[in-house]
Amino acid sequence: MSMATATIQTVERENYLNKEYGVGSWLFTTDHKRIALLYLISITFFFFIGGFFALLIRLELLTPAGDLVQADTYNKLFTMHGMVMVFFFLIPSIPAVLGNFLVPMMIGAKDLAFPRINLLSWYLYIIGGVMMMHCVLTGGVDTGWTFYTPFSTAFTNTKIVEAGLSIFVAGFSSILTGLNFVVTIHRMRAPGMTWSRLPLFIWAHYATSIIQILGTPVIAITIVLVAVERTLHLGIFDPKLGGDPLLFQHLFWFYSHPAVYIMILPSMGVVTEIIACFARKRIFGYSFVAFSSIAIAVFGFLVWAHHMFVAGISLYSALIFSLLSYAVAVPSAVKVFNWTATLYKGSIHYDAPMLYAFGFIGLFTMGGLTGLFLAALGIDVHVTDTYFVIAHFHYIMVGGALMGYLGGLHFWWPKISGRLYPESWARLAALIVFLGFNLTFFPQFVLGYLGMPRRYFHYPQEFQVLNVLSTAGATVLGVGYLLPMIYFLWSMRYGKPAPDNPWNAAGLEWMTSSPPTTFNFETEPVVTWEAYNYDELDKPRREEVKVVG
Amino acid sequence: MSDHSKSSPLKMYFSVWAALLLGTFITYKAAYIELGRFNAAVALIIATVKALLVALFFMHIKGAHEKLLKLVVISTVFFLFILLFLSMADYGTRSWS
Amino acid sequence: MSDSTLIGLHHQEEHHPELLHHFAEAQQQRDAASLGMWIFLGTEVMFFGGLFCAYLIYRRAYFGDFGAASKSINATLGATNTAVLICSSLTVVLAVWAAQTARRSLLLISLVITMLLGLVFLGIKADEYKDKFEEHHVPGASFSFDHVPIPGHPDQYANPRHAEIFFALYFIMTGLHALHMIIGLGLFAWLLFMAWKGHFTPEYHTPIEIGGLYWHFVDIVWIYLFPLLYLIDRHP
Repeated sequence: MSMATATIQTVERENYLNKEYGVGSWLFTTDHKRIALLYLISITFFFFIGGFFALLIRLELLTPAGDLVQADTYNKLFTMHGMVMVFFFLIPSIPAVLGNFLVPMMIGAKDLAFPRINLLSWYLYIIGGVMMMHCVLTGGVDTGWTFYTPFSTAFTNTKIVEAGLSIFVAGFSSILTGLNFVVTIHRMRAPGMTWSRLPLFIWAHYATSIIQILGTPVIAITIVLVAVERTLHLGIFDPKLGGDPLLFQHLFWFYSHPAVYIMILPSMGVVTEIIACFARKRIFGYSFVAFSSIAIAVFGFLVWAHHMFVAGISLYSALIFSLLSYAVAVPSAVKVFNWTATLYKGSIHYDAPMLYAFGFIGLFTMGGLTGLFLAALGIDVHVTDTYFVIAHFHYIMVGGALMGYLGGLHFWWPKISGRLYPESWARLAALIVFLGFNLTFFPQFVLGYLGMPRRYFHYPQEFQVLNVLSTAGATVLGVGYLLPMIYFLWSMRYGKPAPDNPWNAAGLEWMTSSPPTTFNFETEPVVTWEAYNYDELDKPRREEVKVVG
Repeated sequence: MSDHSKSSPLKMYFSVWAALLLGTFITYKAAYIELGRFNAAVALIIATVKALLVALFFMHIKGAHEKLLKLVVISTVFFLFILLFLSMADYGTRSWS
Repeated sequence: MSDSTLIGLHHQEEHHPELLHHFAEAQQQRDAASLGMWIFLGTEVMFFGGLFCAYLIYRRAYFGDFGAASKSINATLGATNTAVLICSSLTVVLAVWAAQTARRSLLLISLVITMLLGLVFLGIKADEYKDKFEEHHVPGASFSFDHVPIPGHPDQYANPRHAEIFFALYFIMTGLHALHMIIGLGLFAWLLFMAWKGHFTPEYHTPIEIGGLYWHFVDIVWIYLFPLLYLIDRHP
């Protein structure tokens, strides 16, 4: 697809980027689009910090002996990798960047309902991030990102309390983002934008916000309990003092399992938008896709103890949790089938966002299906705490969430920056990311099934080939992640100016200028059409072709 | 909210207030009577009635002009129930095997 | 639901100074603020919910020890505090009503009384904490709960470790509740200041309404905390 229909203006229109200049106009902005960009910059920073730790982990695992780092350092590396990536990259990634930018535009609003709270949530994120970085630089934490008790409260002498508080603060940033989205979606829709006309990206963000609002406070209070127990040497979770460490795990996973859906649901929303656009079709089964998002959010709260099957929970409750875990697969599968059905007989364009969307479907399906292995009690006993688990959740969290994030960033980059990115480079990068990802994590499935446990810095000789493959893949993956960063930056200066709707896509965000003005729309839009009306959008063009040919 | 306050709601506010005070008094007194396991039940039922009174009349859930607020309350309570019930289900059935 | 299709049609018709630029009309702004507060209270429910979960599990496991520990707290003070909070909730609804019906002096008086009752609550709470401190019931190094019989079993002593868990939960739950009270007092001081300056009218008093919601919620938390912490096993 090209920008054949575009009329490129030579005089730059006033938009949210050039309206004001100066550091203050960014740091005190209440414009949701500028806040989205603040988030984009800050989470990219944390992505590279987390990626740096991953690189060191993979380098250490290149050889069976523990030679690059000490065991203690290795423990800190995977802990800080997990904490930074989960709490400071993945959870804010799509909601805080793309969601912030797009939710008001997609529903035809001028801004989020609470612009100042939106800015506050960015500051909370930054405060949490600074605390986390301080914690990393002054010693870090070595408990694993799950900071299980009683190790975290009674044994380790690393900076648990500080890391915990940084997550506590960042958690409030996440809660406020979710709160803002729910209120905005309920209260700020443009005339005619009914619930059944909302883009599915909005439904996905609505479902995500529910989890952020109801799940995050539970981890917040859990962190408070851990901090109190550790400082005052109490026994809330310490079995030696009468507490129960499994209670910690219950509370921790009550948030942290649904947190996976905070990462994956927005990604599903992005992929839905991309697939409809590049297949030039209405989404198959709109209401099923919409309600499957809500169903995932709700079921996601009912399955947490499948992380604890071997920890000593009751057998009967394990049975129930296993069964409920299977239930989450149903709405996820509904989505995958609906995307596939949308592609059927579509006129498919293989632009970079679509390549990421294809990557998402494949990797998410692999990650989801291996999740079912883990939900089965018998198999879980065999592969718990092995690289099988590592591979599984990276397929979901990196293969799924990150692919969607990158796909979305490409798709909306013309809108965000007002510039076109170089398409062939982007396709190459998408391919590199996909190959690199599989090379990194597929061997880990095998490793895990063969019995290599997670969180060890050395391993028996026979696992080396697969580990070398994985490390090689990580290098390729690293290149794949650097490329977009380079050409996005490049395009901001040298990219062709983007037309308002370079993909000829449906959706209110494409009906305003690129980049949009501060209040998004010149006149308040009135919606009279369903979402994804691609048949209508393409009609004039088809007629044109008929006349010409 | 405004159209409900045409007739003065003061009488309703004061009756709810009196009911809440009465509930507190009964809770306090009932705790000193031997009821076995029903002590906790009585205390929790009264507490829930009091909480409902506050939510419905003082927080104006009852006169709210849309169902959305009720939905927010109900879904919050639902997820709280999930948290309590599913964790307790583990502790309650551990000794079975 | 006020029909969203209508929003924006009467765009310029009224422009109250408190109406923020991105809202089409005052009603939309009011509804957004109140929904926002309700959702925030939802997060608060889950925040305290984690504590209630811990409480329920340990109460079930260590019922006798919890009963003994609970009996050492002054239930009369707890009941008094419950009554104090209920009275403050009444003055809060009166404040909201006064703002709706433009009764300026009633509004100011109600806000002042609410704050005074809040301070009384915190004072009684502090007194209770002082007792606990003197009895060495504050968890930590100097904690001691030796030779305290379990209610109903005079020959059995409560396990101090388990009692310590009770007191840890007691202090965390009531402490977080008190923290919410202090935040509420700050909020009400600001509301009082705004009311004093005459910012609130029957058309615009959203801050009073949502501030009131917050206060009532803190009251509801206490309504549960009182029987759960003070009245576990009181009968002789």
